[in-house]
Amino acid sequence: MSLRNVGIVYRKELTEALRDSRTLISSILIPLFLFPVLTVGIGYAFVEVADQASHEASRIMVLGGADSPDVVQKLKDAKNLRIVKPRADYVDLISNKKIRAAVDLPPGFQSDVEHGAHPDVKIYIFSGDLKSMLSATRIKEQLTEYRDSMVRDRLAAQHLPDSLMKPFGVEQQNVVSEDRVAGESYGGLITYLVILMCMTGAMYPAMDLTAGEKERGTMETILSSPIERTHLVLGKFLVVLTASLATATLSVLSMAGSFAVLAHYGKGQGIGDDFPILTMHAKTAFAIFIMALPVAVLFSAVLMTISLFAKTFKEAQSYLTPMTFLVIVPAIAAVIPGIELTAKLALVPILNVGLLCKELVTGTYHWEYIALIFGCTCVYAGIALFLAVKMFQRESVLFSS
Amino acid sequence: MIEVQNLSKHFRDKKRGEIRAVDGVSFRCQPGQIYGLLGANGAGKTTTLRMLATILEPSAGTAVVAGHDVVDHPERVRANVGFLSTATALYPRLTAREVVQYFGRLNGLSDAVLRQRVDKIFDRLDMNGFRDRRCDKLSTGMKQKTSIARTLVHDPAVMIFDEPTLGLDIMTARTITAFIRECRDLGKTVIFSTHIMSEVEKLCDVIGIIQGGKLLAEGSLEELRAKYGERDLEEIFVKVVAPHYVPPPEAN
Repeated sequence: MSLRNVGIVYRKELTEALRDSRTLISSILIPLFLFPVLTVGIGYAFVEVADQASHEASRIMVLGGADSPDVVQKLKDAKNLRIVKPRADYVDLISNKKIRAAVDLPPGFQSDVEHGAHPDVKIYIFSGDLKSMLSATRIKEQLTEYRDSMVRDRLAAQHLPDSLMKPFGVEQQNVVSEDRVAGESYGGLITYLVILMCMTGAMYPAMDLTAGEKERGTMETILSSPIERTHLVLGKFLVVLTASLATATLSVLSMAGSFAVLAHYGKGQGIGDDFPILTMHAKTAFAIFIMALPVAVLFSAVLMTISLFAKTFKEAQSYLTPMTFLVIVPAIAAVIPGIELTAKLALVPILNVGLLCKELVTGTYHWEYIALIFGCTCVYAGIALFLAVKMFQRESVLFSS
Repeated sequence: MIEVQNLSKHFRDKKRGEIRAVDGVSFRCQPGQIYGLLGANGAGKTTTLRMLATILEPSAGTAVVAGHDVVDHPERVRANVGFLSTATALYPRLTAREVVQYFGRLNGLSDAVLRQRVDKIFDRLDMNGFRDRRCDKLSTGMKQKTSIARTLVHDPAVMIFDEPTLGLDIMTARTITAFIRECRDLGKTVIFSTHIMSEVEKLCDVIGIIQGGKLLAEGSLEELRAKYGERDLEEIFVKVVAPHYVPPPEAN
């Protein structure tokens, strides 16, 4: 009888939720379309911008250098640099992004170099501005080439081999699979989005099934039926949980799909080269889902308990907005590079799952942490659910007037 | 059958301290009779009826409804009660039939019995024209019929109506009063609350006048007329209530 009633409530609430356009938008449409737009859209935009920046010549200024024609010519010959006429207000020009950088050649630079006086060239930039820093790199490339050719000429004049200046070479090589590189780069972001989606999905139904029910005046109707309040709240809770998990699952699926599309069409267009593409394995997706499960239970129960105190949908919204920040802060903290799982952090709700999922995406399985975090999130979720059931028994909460 | 013994309900209010919404009320309603609870706003009518419907738990005293104690077996009480008030709205996103079916299922009816019961009620209340229309698209009258169907689906022995005609137009209100009479004729125990004198005069077999959470007078219309020496129920009501009347506090 009891489970039957939970099932009856579940079926009815789900039917109602599926007939509500607001629930459909927040729980199904947003996760389905958010990720393709985010990954493909922003991915392409990013590549476009980066592409444009790399093809566009940087406007720079050469200060001095009238007595050093060789190095000035070298800079002028560079295709990715455009030299503009020198002006005294170059600092303002750089600050206002009219030019990207200025090269300051000291007087008598060329003759000093030839006589071995070791003069210094200064490059003025707008630190933090990507295009300014790119132009500095380009200038340095030219200067280094100029310096290297000078060294080679000097060695040749003395009949000495090139290797005198470079007795050995250094090469850097990545030994980790492309997946793990991608996981390391995006793992945090994915985890953050999954946690956020678990909440987004639960939020709307949690308010609708509690405060919304009070607002519409159906609370008294349902309380006059023979169903026990515990069964009623469990049925409602399961609907909220379903929405939360559906949203999270759809997000992961649409994310995996977006990455697959990006990998398929993006290769050879410069995307896969500069930005590693993540292929989500079924195993990883499954592991994230399992870890998201108690988080979804926690969110569903907490959001329901809080909105139960509200008399109207609007009031519930104003209660839940601060909750959003409480969730977003630990979720963001988990994304910050350098923060890694410790036994203490493993006890902080949401942050722990965030950090763990970040590891899961990179293919690292620390079983003791997985067990600890799953266990303690289940405990938190259990407490929250217990609280939701308790609150549903309180007349002052159900009939707050 | 409803037997109420010393029933009390106290609320805590931050500003006003303890409020005795219902204070030691005792009465008895017989099957085949309509008991009318007459009182001003804030007199304790709704709280009393909510306790009988086990939506609220009494602070003290007992009530036995259809043979079950409201505190010990609230689920069994609810299974034998049809509760209708202006606050018992319908689910806007479900159709009229779905609402009635939902409450039938919660009352443990099997699918076969439920189908029969729903067909019968919808025929009798002439609801087939809108059975598959969503409740948010129904007129007030249609909604009221659907609510009646909802309270009837499990064929309860006791009917509780809390100001059922409040805010309804005359035609819809008449559907409700006709329905209340029909319930009595079917041998059900009926209790209803109102502050409309004419409804009480027309419907009730027994009248209870409630004020400040206390039942101040009880009896049939004739008995009350004899006791207070007035013909008009409104005059009787004023005579009973005036010495105890405290205006209700502003907006609660």
